[in-house]
Amino acid sequence: MMLLEVKNLVKSFGGIRAVRDVSISIPEGSISSIIGPNGAGKTTFFNLLTGIYKPDAGSVEFNGRSLIGLRPDQVNAAGMSRTFQSIRLFSNMTVLENVMVGMHSRLDVSVLKTLLRTGGFNRQEEHVRNYARELLHFVGLTGKGDELGRNLPYGDQRRVEIARALASDPKLILLDEPTAGMNPQESNEATVLFRRVRDERKVTVVLIEHDMRVVMGISEHISVLDYGEKIAEGSPKAIRENTRVIQAYLGRRAAGAEVNSGSPA
Amino acid sequence: MTAQTSQSPWTTFRTWLSRPSVAGVVILAYLLIVIVALLSLNRADLLFPLYSTLVFPPFVLSPFVILASPLDNRIKVTLILVLVVIAMPLIGIYDSSYLELTIQICIFAGLALGLNIVVGFAGLLDLGYIAFFAVGAYSWAMFTSSAETVFFVSGIIVPGWAFYIFIFVGVVLAALVGVLLGLPVLRLRGDYLAIVTLGFGEMIRVLARNADQPINFTNGSQGLLNVGTPPMPQFWVDFIGSIASTLGIRIAGNLEPLAQQMLFYFIGIVILGVIIVAARRLDNSAIGRAWTAIREDEVAAIAMGVPLVKMKLLAFATGAAFAGAIGVLYAAKQSFVSPESFSLIQSISILAMVIVGGMGGIRGVILGAIIVTLLNLQVLKNLSLQLNALRNIDFIVPLINFHIRDWPTQLEPAKYERLVFGLLLVLMMLFRPAGLLPEPRRKLELDMKKRAQPMETPVITSSETGD
Repeated sequence: MMLLEVKNLVKSFGGIRAVRDVSISIPEGSISSIIGPNGAGKTTFFNLLTGIYKPDAGSVEFNGRSLIGLRPDQVNAAGMSRTFQSIRLFSNMTVLENVMVGMHSRLDVSVLKTLLRTGGFNRQEEHVRNYARELLHFVGLTGKGDELGRNLPYGDQRRVEIARALASDPKLILLDEPTAGMNPQESNEATVLFRRVRDERKVTVVLIEHDMRVVMGISEHISVLDYGEKIAEGSPKAIRENTRVIQAYLGRRAAGAEVNSGSPA
Repeated sequence: MTAQTSQSPWTTFRTWLSRPSVAGVVILAYLLIVIVALLSLNRADLLFPLYSTLVFPPFVLSPFVILASPLDNRIKVTLILVLVVIAMPLIGIYDSSYLELTIQICIFAGLALGLNIVVGFAGLLDLGYIAFFAVGAYSWAMFTSSAETVFFVSGIIVPGWAFYIFIFVGVVLAALVGVLLGLPVLRLRGDYLAIVTLGFGEMIRVLARNADQPINFTNGSQGLLNVGTPPMPQFWVDFIGSIASTLGIRIAGNLEPLAQQMLFYFIGIVILGVIIVAARRLDNSAIGRAWTAIREDEVAAIAMGVPLVKMKLLAFATGAAFAGAIGVLYAAKQSFVSPESFSLIQSISILAMVIVGGMGGIRGVILGAIIVTLLNLQVLKNLSLQLNALRNIDFIVPLINFHIRDWPTQLEPAKYERLVFGLLLVLMMLFRPAGLLPEPRRKLELDMKKRAQPMETPVITSSETGD
């Protein structure tokens, strides 16, 4: 069953068509990747899914409902959560508080209950704290909850982002270049974590990734974007052998003389 | 403890001071000295303004000394309650000018805490905050003033006891105006937001000044006179009088104004107390976390499920509501309200309190309000009074043989209020940009747990090399 079905998504900024007619389906419980050269429209695609940009045309069906026109917080509440390419932690909040913010859409937020400190309010706060701690433990940051986000090493900040994104109990998590800037050992560990997110927390995972080792090692399904268009999709093996993909990454000349007809890149 | 000999004398002293018994004695001694000093001041004394300036601020700041001490929380609360409920009123009976100062501090601390919700918690720079204060003040003043307003002429005048209801009316009205302001400015941030709110603040002031034609609502620039005060029961006056006579303080025929001031003092303390509790509870909740998240990174906040519109409006409404309640108190206390009380400089003044104290932290903001209010209303004024007193007796500074009389009147400290104020802000920004008492980060995980796992290995070790 498809958890996410995107059909003919279009988005232009001025004269630049950042996303052209992209259709992608993500099966529930899968780990998929979206790859493509810089500027291919991958992050724009994520921003369209999560409501940060409004698409010009196309449809996004998620978990049986349309996400078109929803605000980012409503998309989050609908069960789609994300991390950011450039880490966007709340840098003056503690790590634990960062994760607690991630639970916002699952909480009963009432001014009156907050002011009166009702029993329900206290129980909820207790639950929020415990659950945030549990998530930190899950991503391997046990005991780091009281640190400020900005004081953590880079790799740990990425982990906090994942814990924060998991806090809303999403059905789907979008990871935007989650291993960017990591050394090989760190990205191996990160790959293990992405798999655990799917296997242990039953969250469907979609990655934007540049590190081909990570992509090929983890993905069950890969979509390739180039100049805002989907140029290929399929299993890692199929993508590795796809000439259009090789062209997109290496340029036409390097890809082979038989297709080398246009101007060089 | 083992290496006491190797410790510097300062560290040894601090360790010694941090023992609750020692700290308790020190604090009691501090309080005793300050209170006795305050009560033994004599108005007829030549150097009274100077002494008063030296002694009153340490008294007002004593709750912060208590809070900083290592004492048990219950003892701290008890001590502060004793100060607020017993010591301050006694000092007030002895000299009501201190009562007046404390009421002003309550008013400004309440306003600063409200602005702190908007600026400190949610990070929305609001330069027109005074407008909400004006809404509260006018809501009470319009319905009680004896000025020739449409309400007075048509007999819609509410009795004094309605004051207690109007505190809530002020809260609701100001919160509504807060939402009204919030709606159009939701998309704006930083500089743009500051400019729009600045304009809004001026709009409210100009509206108050011009809403006397064609129908007289506000009595325009003349302001509203004889604003109603909450009723003062006779037993209260008698009670204050009997305390004064028991203490042997002679009140020269003006017991009623003193009792009135005392009433306002307690109302002010109660309102401020409610505001402090409300601010703390909001801060320490999903709402407070959402506000901080918006302040830190709006895009990340909304992507994590924080509804921006709702939370920003809530911040504006809450901040405004505090100002509304304080506004009603202010109108009743001053018994006069005019548009000029709500100028831009007041908004900036309150913002300065928030910045000086420490944006985002409740304790810091109150400290900022105390410091700025004392500076404005007591310290500089008293220094000018002192100068005048010395001038009048033709005091000559020894050694340099300088006649105080020759000191030009243009150089009076009180005339340098804004300069000192500006200088304070410049110095703060340079040396303590986070304020005097920066917002402390909450420790939510158990401290014990941290200590128990030094260098624990997480499930997946990540190197410290980072990028």
